[in-house]
Amino acid sequence: MGAALRTEYRKVVTTRLWWVLLLVMVLYMAFLSAVMAWAVTQGAGAPAGGPGGPGGAGTGVDAVRSVYTIAVTFGYAFPLVVGTLAVTTEYRHRTITPTLLLEPRRDVVLAAKLAAGGVMGVLFGVVGTVAAAGAGALVLALLGEPTGLDEASTWGVLARSALALAVWAVVGVGLGTVLTNQVAAVVVILAFTQFLEPVLRLVLGLTSWGQDVSRYLPGAAGEAISGGSFYSDAAGVPLLPAWQGLLVLVGYALVLAALGRVTTLRRDVG
Amino acid sequence: MTRAAVAATADARTVRLRHLTKQFGPVRAVDDLTIDVLPGRVTGFLGPNGAGKTTTLRMLLGLVRPTSGTATIGDVPYGRLRRPATVVGAALEASSFHPGRTGLDHLRVYAPQAGVGDARAREVLDLVGLGPAGGRRVGGYSLGMRQRLALATTLLGDPPVLLLDEPSNGLDPEGIAWLRGFLRALAAEGRTVLVSSHVLSEVQQTVDDVVVIARGRLVHASSLDDLARLARPRVRASSPDGARLADLVARSGWTTAGPPARAADGALTVEVHDVPPAVVGAAAFAAGVELHELAGVGAGLEQLFLDLVDRPADVAGGAA
Ligand SMILES: Nc1ncnc2c1ncn2[C@@H]1O[C@H](COP(=O)(O)OP(=O)(O)O)[C@@H](O)[C@H]1O
Ligand SMILES: [Mg+2]
Repeated sequence: MGAALRTEYRKVVTTRLWWVLLLVMVLYMAFLSAVMAWAVTQGAGAPAGGPGGPGGAGTGVDAVRSVYTIAVTFGYAFPLVVGTLAVTTEYRHRTITPTLLLEPRRDVVLAAKLAAGGVMGVLFGVVGTVAAAGAGALVLALLGEPTGLDEASTWGVLARSALALAVWAVVGVGLGTVLTNQVAAVVVILAFTQFLEPVLRLVLGLTSWGQDVSRYLPGAAGEAISGGSFYSDAAGVPLLPAWQGLLVLVGYALVLAALGRVTTLRRDVG
Repeated sequence: MTRAAVAATADARTVRLRHLTKQFGPVRAVDDLTIDVLPGRVTGFLGPNGAGKTTTLRMLLGLVRPTSGTATIGDVPYGRLRRPATVVGAALEASSFHPGRTGLDHLRVYAPQAGVGDARAREVLDLVGLGPAGGRRVGGYSLGMRQRLALATTLLGDPPVLLLDEPSNGLDPEGIAWLRGFLRALAAEGRTVLVSSHVLSEVQQTVDDVVVIARGRLVHASSLDDLARLARPRVRASSPDGARLADLVARSGWTTAGPPARAADGALTVEVHDVPPAVVGAAAFAAGVELHELAGVGAGLEQLFLDLVDRPADVAGGAA
């Protein structure tokens, strides 16, 4: 398993795509977070019930949180894609053949990919969260607003934001085993994360039973881990507790991986 | 059935297929193959495109599940080998490389599972003559360079068994000559070397043993020398007066190869064994048989190979 893990890790870092994605994520998250930080201080993008204009009280901890966790809300597609690519590139370039020649135990291959996905996820989580929180805090500080960085709870939110993003990469590995066609997988990811889930959450948020369901959507579960959410604040839908969110999102990863194990990884390779 | 198949105990380096069969929907890709591949020799695994060579190797390597039968290396199925890269080095036909990775990185990726370090990766790269290209991305490699990189990958774990699927595809004549010497040297070290090919002439100077399959079935297994003894020269003769040519063949006691081809206008084309063209020509002249064609054909192994894979398996198997 140790050798398989090192092989999986090297597979990722010997190609260029991962750092291109990481770079794009950093820039995108920093930009979004800066804009959000500015918006909340103007009262425009303030969460529900945030009429308080500029001035400490109005921005509040919740507003600062939705700025700092912007990576979990809008950036989770990046670790998700990186995790998915760990599997789909193997099928695209047929390197699944040498992979299974060097490690014929398919359970071990899958476990190593999930674990390596988690490692890459931590990298994306930490860097993405730092980019979002850094840019957000900078803008807040420049505007003379409290950054909340002196509060321990804010740091807890940041840590859990990184954790949520790390789990997203593992979900990506699971998704890749189910959907090995790279183009199809990326299209599904973009359609789901950028369109389907946001719309579902808004629509489901209109009814009380719908709210119960929407909390278990993967994006909502990811946000629950970090504890801050643009969507739930906007729709006024409460999230699951952090630990339940973690269980739900890990559950998605495991269910997808199990599905991939009995379909893709059971098939003949050739 | 074959000399090899009766070996009593398997060396750890002996590759054994027993009644190996694979059905893909309506296609029986591999049909009841029983073969032993022995150490210290280069074995040619031959058959036309679609004969089932790649499928056989994929079953042996645990990539494709056999419909029935078994495939083992030293009596162990591939999937049960611990650190398989140190036992079997396999390169399958389709190039399996990430184009964005350098040649050296490709090897470094798999090095941990072969239990070796970066130094060995560089060493095998040099062994196959790719040392200077190791830092370049595989996407820019020629087909021949990819074949060499595939070969380097098989050597990472210094395995005693090498299975190479069409390794000379894409190699230039110089590359083929190099590969020949390389494989001979590996076998001389006592390794089991199996090379597949769809053309006998390509491996003719490399192999000690030949296994020929067609439509998934074994049609011949022997040493190359024994196969060569089966190759007999032939002469093709055709005459507009088919009846008199047939009479001449019968009277001369020549053995014909395959059924004669009779045309509607009474013309006949026959192929006869073991007679030089000059003898056939002289006899026809003496008998007054008008010949429109007289040619020595297919005296070589390649023709024999084509005949083997063209004939129903049980007939050819009997000859083996
Ligand atoms: N995955 C597959 N699904 C269906 N048919 C296959 C598959 N792989 C190979 N075949 C068929 O099996 C036969 C043997 O193919 P193959 O083993 O590739 O032959 P060779 O390597 O000797 O050219 C061919 O008829 C091929 O079309
Ligand atoms: Mg083939």
